[in-house]
Amino acid sequence: MQFSYEVNDSYAEVKSVGRLNMVAAPKLREVVNEVVAGGSSRVVVNLSETDFMDSSGLGALIGCLKAARQAGGDLRIAGVQPQVKMVLELTNMDRVLTAYPTAEAAFGDD
Amino acid sequence: MTRFWTRLIVLLTVILGVNYVAWRWMASLNWDAWWIAVPLVIAETYSLIDVMLFGLTVWNIKFRKPPPPPPADATVDVFITTYNEPFDLVMTTALAAKDIRWPHSTWILDDGDRPEMRELAESNAIGYVKRGAGWTPDMPRHAKAGNLNNALMVTSGEYLLILDADQIPEPDILDKTLGYFNDDKVALVQTPQYFINVPADDPLGSQAPLFYGPIQQGKDGWNAAFFCGSNAILRREALMQLGLVGYVKATEKSVRRALAASRTAIKKARRSPEAENPLVEQMLNEVEAATESAQKELETGASLSEITYRVRRKVDDAVRTLVAADFSALQSDLDEIAAMELAHVGESGVTTVASDAVDRMSGRDWSPLGALESVHAVLDAISVERTDEAQPIMPLATISVTEDMATAMRLHGLGWKSVYHHEILAYGLAPEDVKTMLTQRLRWAQGTMQVLLRENPLVQRSLTWGQRLMYFSTMWTYLSGFAAVIYFAAPIIYLTLGILPVNSISVDFFIRFIPFMVVNQLLFLVAGHGIPTWRGQQYSLALFPTWIKACTTAARNVWFGRPLGFAVTPKARQSGGPSWSLIRPQIIVAVLLAIALVVGLTRLLAGMSEPLGTLVNVAWVAFDLVVLSVLVKAVLYKGFVPEVVGPERPEERNADAV
Repeated sequence: MQFSYEVNDSYAEVKSVGRLNMVAAPKLREVVNEVVAGGSSRVVVNLSETDFMDSSGLGALIGCLKAARQAGGDLRIAGVQPQVKMVLELTNMDRVLTAYPTAEAAFGDD
Repeated sequence: MTRFWTRLIVLLTVILGVNYVAWRWMASLNWDAWWIAVPLVIAETYSLIDVMLFGLTVWNIKFRKPPPPPPADATVDVFITTYNEPFDLVMTTALAAKDIRWPHSTWILDDGDRPEMRELAESNAIGYVKRGAGWTPDMPRHAKAGNLNNALMVTSGEYLLILDADQIPEPDILDKTLGYFNDDKVALVQTPQYFINVPADDPLGSQAPLFYGPIQQGKDGWNAAFFCGSNAILRREALMQLGLVGYVKATEKSVRRALAASRTAIKKARRSPEAENPLVEQMLNEVEAATESAQKELETGASLSEITYRVRRKVDDAVRTLVAADFSALQSDLDEIAAMELAHVGESGVTTVASDAVDRMSGRDWSPLGALESVHAVLDAISVERTDEAQPIMPLATISVTEDMATAMRLHGLGWKSVYHHEILAYGLAPEDVKTMLTQRLRWAQGTMQVLLRENPLVQRSLTWGQRLMYFSTMWTYLSGFAAVIYFAAPIIYLTLGILPVNSISVDFFIRFIPFMVVNQLLFLVAGHGIPTWRGQQYSLALFPTWIKACTTAARNVWFGRPLGFAVTPKARQSGGPSWSLIRPQIIVAVLLAIALVVGLTRLLAGMSEPLGTLVNVAWVAFDLVVLSVLVKAVLYKGFVPEVVGPERPEERNADAV
């Protein structure tokens, strides 16, 4: 699992590559906290290269959402793959995390 | 009376044989030429043991009386196994099987999965069985044993008559054999295999009257009559017991292996960077504790299903705890987010995690344990479901390409009895060309060697010593290829180089060797009731490359897991002209023998060697050449042309190597 991020004018994009599981979840939290602490509270997590997510991965995403909101911003997700989409729907979390087709589209409306 | 004479001659053979071979070891070896002297005396010892095992077999020769009538309600399934044989051949057998008088169901077991075969069977009101859904392409198929095991699961007769596709049964085959099963301990009745497409001189050595005669009758006397794959009746209950015992053994073995593998996987996972994660460490601890206690329970002999169930439960519980912790943290995050919304914009609705989220996310596919792939994989193997086989119960042994021998040995090991019924009740087709014949002999030899190497009968404590030696005896005959090479080499070496493996060819030699040879031939004559044994003797020497190849390929297969290069014996004659290339090693040996003859005689004329030694070795070479000459006949054989002769032709034998 790898994470990398890039700060744009209006938002920061965190790219998640590989399986977002028990092992990767703490690293995601770390990276997003770093981004938010750096002043970018509008965060997009790009999941286009994440084909698997377990409960720990989902917990990390919600935890990061909380951190972004607390900093006055928001966390959105983009490029969701089938397994991740299914996990979001089955747990009801699709009502909290809206999936956008691309990172650019995530904050396109505001 | 026959038994008395047989035993007397067996005793004489053993005494004279030991007398000769002991003298050979102690007083006759030419140590200057140890490199041929020692191999030759070993080959001779091999042959002595071979004839002693034959003597032991016929020592207890059993002539059975017809059995009592069977219980009127005995139910029977008749199985006709086929893979790729022509439809008319299979149907001829199937229709003859349908006409068997005793009430029964007839089934065609079509491993070729051919729709036309199904139509033919159904239009003749004959049952049709093909492999069930469990036999997916990733499962081992186990050839004929797999075909029969599959059929056992979808049929229900108390007894099973097994017929190869070419073995046409007599209508009274069951009337004459079922009665043996009145003895509750009888699991198997084997009848002879006899071939109708073989001319009187049997150029390919197809008939095996010595085997389906004194040898099987002798083995029967030791309660060790073999199952030969076809023309046999089996008791379903015995096969099922075999399958269940095998299942329990295989399961215990796989659970042990999986527990050991899981410990290795856990150790390895602990060294990986992921293990620094406290959640991962906690999971590893839970899994390790579960496998350790399973190991302890296994040692105390607890039930395998309970042990494996408990491991699964413990691991599942650990996973659920982890997932539940994830979701409770997640829910409190959601609550906090909702509280922030309320403070911020004055409206909120708390989203709650779906009620079955924990169940969903703890399932096998999405479990966080998936992060530890190696651990995950070995935990799957801790099960009693025998996931590596198409069906958990495999009654017919699958350790060998000759499933019949291995199955019979295991049945004997469980205390079941077998019967050899000495009466031809089915008529089959033998190979009609050298290539097919060689393939078939190779397969038999390979299968036999696989059983020897996987389940050596000599160390099977559940068998009587008689049974162990009866199985070992057949295996021993297949080692003859190595002895044959030495028997060909020794006279060539003498005639060309003048090197004699014995001290001298003298009276000492003749007075020991000749009586042994005479009584040896007499033994075959008496035990075989005059059955000609010559064709069998020829083939047991002449096919030496086949026997050697069988030994080496079986050893590579059993020890190193290499494939045997197994082929189904074709029932139709292979086309093409004489295939001399199939017997190239034998041709080379024959040429060397002929050269040795010329060189030997030249040396004699030049006064370079002694007349007696040359005479003995010239005779020996002549014998070898006559032995090998059978192959010329075999290669030139153009297939069977029916002739008008009675069924009681004098048939020749093919020793034990059927």
